[in-house]
Amino acid sequence: MKKTPLYDEMVRSGGRMVDFAGFVMPVQFAGIISEHLAVRRNAGLFDVSHMGEVLVSGKDAERYIDKLVTNAVGKLSDRQVMYSPMCYDHGGCVDDLLVYRFNPERYLLVVNASNTDKDFSHMLSQIHGFSVKLENLSDQYAQLAVQGPKAIHILSGLTDLDLDNIDFYWFREGLVNGSPSIVSRTGYTGEDGFEIYCRPEAAPAIWSALLIKGSTHGIQPCGLGARDTLRFENRLVLYGHELDEHTSPLAARLNWAIGWDSDFNGKQALAQEKETGSKKKLVGLEMKETGVPRQGYSVYAGEQESGVVTSGCKAPFLDKFLALAYVKPEHSSNGTELLVDIRGKKLAATVVKTPFYKKPPISRLTDSAEGSRSSEA
Amino acid sequence: MKDRKYLKSHEWIKPDGHVGISDFAQKELGDIVFVELPEVGRSVNKGDSLGMIESVKASSEFYSPVSGKVATINDSLTATPELVNQQPYENGWLVQITPSNPAEMNELLDYDTYAALAEAGGH
Repeated sequence: MKKTPLYDEMVRSGGRMVDFAGFVMPVQFAGIISEHLAVRRNAGLFDVSHMGEVLVSGKDAERYIDKLVTNAVGKLSDRQVMYSPMCYDHGGCVDDLLVYRFNPERYLLVVNASNTDKDFSHMLSQIHGFSVKLENLSDQYAQLAVQGPKAIHILSGLTDLDLDNIDFYWFREGLVNGSPSIVSRTGYTGEDGFEIYCRPEAAPAIWSALLIKGSTHGIQPCGLGARDTLRFENRLVLYGHELDEHTSPLAARLNWAIGWDSDFNGKQALAQEKETGSKKKLVGLEMKETGVPRQGYSVYAGEQESGVVTSGCKAPFLDKFLALAYVKPEHSSNGTELLVDIRGKKLAATVVKTPFYKKPPISRLTDSAEGSRSSEA
Repeated sequence: MKDRKYLKSHEWIKPDGHVGISDFAQKELGDIVFVELPEVGRSVNKGDSLGMIESVKASSEFYSPVSGKVATINDSLTATPELVNQQPYENGWLVQITPSNPAEMNELLDYDTYAALAEAGGH
């Protein structure tokens, strides 16, 4: 079991440590609900150093990544970030990832911790015919996420970067707490916020500095539990739940992350699926009868089995029992009445619009006052 | 806490038949969001599942420490399941059992034995 560079800080901050994707990670600190609400209302700080980082460099870097992932990498500018699924030829997902473009010959790919080794092997297997170099730098980067409406106010005093100049899904390189870092306006919570990539040895001091600076802004250290419930409310898919090697980005309603103009791996299979229609569709479910829908529970339309729950919980901010589920396309329109089999009891649920929780606009330091979000809501 | 007997699976029972889970167990479960309770009048054997405690992350069954009948259930948990987190030994009780074989109480663990087991095996 690997420890991240922030392991000692996690334990010191009261983290309950569990094994996750080969790492010892905190599942929670004060409690999942409390952490979840802190991120929605103020700010939360996460250690996400377990994420994998692969550097792609060389003159064919852009062409190579454009083939590797479904989204249109050619549309990226320098210092821009893009989300994309990465597919097999059959259209199922190897993983989903973020593409950071430094320049057309240098990109950083950020992948799920549980898939880092598999992804790197897959990437190497696709290298033939391209002049690129791949480096798995996962051990050379620590990663912290500061998320929530107050995140910008907390980070601003600790960096030389003008955070107002970093728009959603853009990044800059600069100093955080005096250490060279990559700062992107990204996250996995459905809130405004930043992800900071730094050298492992610099991470503990950055963690402490953010916690201290954030203490007057209501920041809380957050674990993987809150990370999961936060991404769930915002319908951000999670590999192993909504995505896997048998599930296409189309079924997951990630059409927006497919660049049909480029010749990416899996294009033929996805084009055919687009033509004939997906066999399953990802929907949001709201329980009409009380029960907690969990991954793997069957979904029925009357007597007919329709699909399966991929993620579910009592959503902490929305205070509702909600699920994401794959169902047959004919059962996927909003308002459809379905049943979730919760340990032998079929409980009523309705297909509802997603995301359950919509990400608010980003805040700016130059906005009149901190907490100006209420006026935008 | 010492006025009751325990199961290794973290349930407690008081001499009057009230059943709940230990403070150790509620901490392990984390934020509890729903408790599925049995029907009043149901007959149970020692070790039978009585229902389900759902935390944000996980579902866990809870078991009857003794054989008997479900006499009452804690209705306030429907609206406020977090009582199990807040007061596991008091207002967060789950059910009350009328034991059919009171001698079974003697087979259960006392607090110190339970606490030692929980500490040793809990992590």
